Amino acid sequence: MTRVIVITSGKGGVGKTTTSASISSGLALRGFKTAVIDFDVGLRNLDLIMGCERRVVYDLVNVINGEANLSQALIKDKHCDNLFILPASQTRDKDALTEEGVEKVLKDLSHQGFDYVVCDSPAGIERGAVMALTFADEAIVVSNPEVSSVRDSDRILGILQSKSRRAIEGREPVKEHLLITRYSPKRVEEGEMLSYKDVQELLRVPLIGVIPESDDVLQASNQGTPAIHLKDSDVAFAYQDVVARFLSEDRPLRFVSYEKPGILKRLFGGK
Amino acid sequence: MSLLSYFFGSKPKTAAVAKERLSLIIAHERTSNRAPDFLPALQKELIEVISKYVNVGLDDIKVQLEKQDNCEILEVNITLPEQPQK
Repeated sequence: MTRVIVITSGKGGVGKTTTSASISSGLALRGFKTAVIDFDVGLRNLDLIMGCERRVVYDLVNVINGEANLSQALIKDKHCDNLFILPASQTRDKDALTEEGVEKVLKDLSHQGFDYVVCDSPAGIERGAVMALTFADEAIVVSNPEVSSVRDSDRILGILQSKSRRAIEGREPVKEHLLITRYSPKRVEEGEMLSYKDVQELLRVPLIGVIPESDDVLQASNQGTPAIHLKDSDVAFAYQDVVARFLSEDRPLRFVSYEKPGILKRLFGGK
Repeated sequence: MSLLSYFFGSKPKTAAVAKERLSLIIAHERTSNRAPDFLPALQKELIEVISKYVNVGLDDIKVQLEKQDNCEILEVNITLPEQPQK
């Protein structure tokens, strides 16, 4: 049975594509045959984050319109043999994504024996975002510890609970997970940033992980390498933990506490 | 920075303010955005039925759907006039 996972957030720039790239890579590293689909029609970016932008020939809309078949459009990942990328179209036609079309693509992926399909949602609550979550079995809601992101996450949770197929057909609801990204334990400690407990309390969704704020994410995207592959990076470890928890393994939270500086710094650093 | 804050006192804890504001707005939006589409129609029809027997206006009936964990509560509040029509 293929499981469809949507990575969504409402607000833009919180780390959906970074997360989609890392989680799909993480699942593939665990041996699952995985596809990751970019639903951001008109603003294709997953290909850049995955480092396959020069190998894009056909895209999601080509497949939906029957201009290419699925195997022609799927791009094999350069790091993992069992990971495939389906890029978004650069068309400006907003109606290019149809529900029937998306459903057929997902069915075809299922027939090809994929274990997981990761849907990278665009920002907003428009057609692309709704299409990305319509067929989801599980949802990872990405949120930054910041007011507008948390509010938008709550909005998208509402949409998930009303517009997903599972909701409409009255089946078991989409399994929701909360992922907090760009987390700075130091700022939380100083009372400048919402803690992960605050965000979880506000959104009331089980926490799947906390990704620390890190320069490494930019380094990874510069090179077109998903952050989970980085060596000796907190971000990579945090994403590996997220994938483990997704697969129901028990992993304690890391990178959420701040170690106070030593006595010298405290002596000269005020307070 | 730390020297500055030493002289000017520590910065305010804005995270607590953020949490307070968010909990209010999210609670508000959950009730208004997640209300099912049939509520206005239900309210209208209730008024039609009740006004056959009692003189009530549009503002005398409040229909609200509240969600507490897994339990949804449909609350219909009807304010009757002091002297019902005979």
